[in-house]
Amino acid sequence: MRRFNFGTVMLVVLILTAFCVLPAGVMAAGKMLKIAIVAPSASNDLAFTQSIVDGINAVKKERPIDLAVTDGTFVVEDAAAAIRDYAKKGYDLVIAHGSQYGGSLKEIAKDFPKTAFAWGTSADTFGLPNVSSYEAASDEGGFVMGMMAAALSKKGSIGVVGPIEVGDAKLFVDGFVAGAKAQNPKIKANVNYIGSFSDVALAAEAARAHMAVGADVLTGTAQMVVGAIGAARSKGVAWFGTQADQTELAPEIVVACQVYKWEVILRQILADMDNGILGGKKYAITLANDGLMIEFNPKYKLPDTVTKIGKKAVMDIKSGKIKPLK
Amino acid sequence: MSDLINTTIIIATVASGIRLATPFLLASLGESIGQRSGVLNLGVDGVMLLGAFAAYYTVLKTGNLFLGIMIGLILGALIGLFYAFITVNLQAQQGVSGIGIYLFGLGMSDLLFQKLVGTPRPIMPFRILHIPLLSDIPIIGEMFFDHSLIVYVAFLLVPLLSLIINRTTYGMNIRAIGENPEAADSLGVSVGGIRYSALIIGNMLAGLAGAALAIELGIFQHNLTNAMGFIAIALVYFGAWRPLGVMAGSLVFGVVAAIVLQCKTLGLIPRSASDLAAMAPAIITILALVVVANRFRQPTALTKPYVRGG
Repeated sequence: MRRFNFGTVMLVVLILTAFCVLPAGVMAAGKMLKIAIVAPSASNDLAFTQSIVDGINAVKKERPIDLAVTDGTFVVEDAAAAIRDYAKKGYDLVIAHGSQYGGSLKEIAKDFPKTAFAWGTSADTFGLPNVSSYEAASDEGGFVMGMMAAALSKKGSIGVVGPIEVGDAKLFVDGFVAGAKAQNPKIKANVNYIGSFSDVALAAEAARAHMAVGADVLTGTAQMVVGAIGAARSKGVAWFGTQADQTELAPEIVVACQVYKWEVILRQILADMDNGILGGKKYAITLANDGLMIEFNPKYKLPDTVTKIGKKAVMDIKSGKIKPLK
Repeated sequence: MSDLINTTIIIATVASGIRLATPFLLASLGESIGQRSGVLNLGVDGVMLLGAFAAYYTVLKTGNLFLGIMIGLILGALIGLFYAFITVNLQAQQGVSGIGIYLFGLGMSDLLFQKLVGTPRPIMPFRILHIPLLSDIPIIGEMFFDHSLIVYVAFLLVPLLSLIINRTTYGMNIRAIGENPEAADSLGVSVGGIRYSALIIGNMLAGLAGAALAIELGIFQHNLTNAMGFIAIALVYFGAWRPLGVMAGSLVFGVVAAIVLQCKTLGLIPRSASDLAAMAPAIITILALVVVANRFRQPTALTKPYVRGG
């Protein structure tokens, strides 16, 4: 019979001790996490859905993640089926990326108490221990860009193309208008909610309607704004973007974009999961936690005075000197 | 309120309505030809999506707008050929087959976009075509003659198709097989052949509608048409299967949508009623549909496969 020498026995003991002593988080950081995203538009929409996919991909560089994405689920029933399916398949975290999915998620999450769910943009966890909510303080970037838009406008008229007046779209629009008014109380800030997140043609015509009444700076939010950007580009009208960097759509007119860095809160959610917390918490990306970033287009020749206004507004919001919607 | 009657705004609103109406007009003209021959195609939106992607991708790769339009037309023709085979030769149930075409177009256009393009990338859109003399007429010129070539083509197709349907033997044959295919067959008219040609032409126009939309917007993304094809089918009923009626329906839809947009822009519609107002084009079109379409009857043989001696 072969005998183990003292060194081998000590090595085994040390390894076993390490497994017992190391915190759960460090252990879990090495484990492959299965994460699923269910989102309304395309994962490369340069807007809402792309922002969350980019966020997970950023975290993926730091820890092993097996990512599955079901995009294009504008129909809530389809999204609900996908959320339930991922939970059934044993995914560790299922992200329902759309405030419209809340009603379905509330019911589904109860059936899978060992699965972590995250949904946004919202601040409601339904009181469930396995549901986290997340939101973007998009009014902050909106406010900054509204100030810059008002300073940039020569005609004193700016236009906003919105989808439906809900969630972070409403926050952004309200923040943008508030920022513009703070910079120039006399500014004409017209807002047009087209009633759709997906009607690209209508978004283009909404942008044209703004330009027809004299707007010389435009912005908009949600995935249908690609149409509005095209319309603005055809007239050389300046554009401020949000949710993702939209510069590549029209480098000659995009001034700056508020970019969502969901990885900031995703890291927090995963760290909580490592510690056995599956939900019940609310998260938010803000300018202060670098979850929101104002990215300037280096190709756009923005007057220094306007750049300074934007950067100062960012600092003031971070320090709490400015509270956009208060 | 004085803002609303500003000449510049009125011009912009009418021009916007015409632009919005164009893809509906092209698609519904095509669908009306198919229906006049007795075949319903609920897959218009899918054909539009495939035409839109094909044209977008062609322009993205070549920069040639004309080639993009041609590819949109050819793709529409191929789908028309396939749909004709299903409905004429295989005599499949038309409603279900059309939905199949729609789902295929929706999924395939998105799949191709994801695999071949990825992130939305802009393409060169149509340029405004200045028509000598006409474009220079004050107000009228800016409203009606300050558009891209495809808009003029769409509206010129209305009298052309009216002429073909009402004044040519081919048009008479289409109408005959849509009303009484047995009688037409007994007179030596090829029911299958005419239906094939009508569906090919109809789907070519749907493909053109999609191509026009993508190039006019200078972009493509998932479900670009946003169910325009289904509204185009409703507009065929609105227009009582006649090109002029279809044009009227498309214009009502487009101009009402443009008026609502402009009113929202000017703050004349309160934000609380914004979503309700967005439904106005559809509601007005449905109301008009009820009033207008009840006065006309649909082609008698619509949705009925033809079986000789059956």
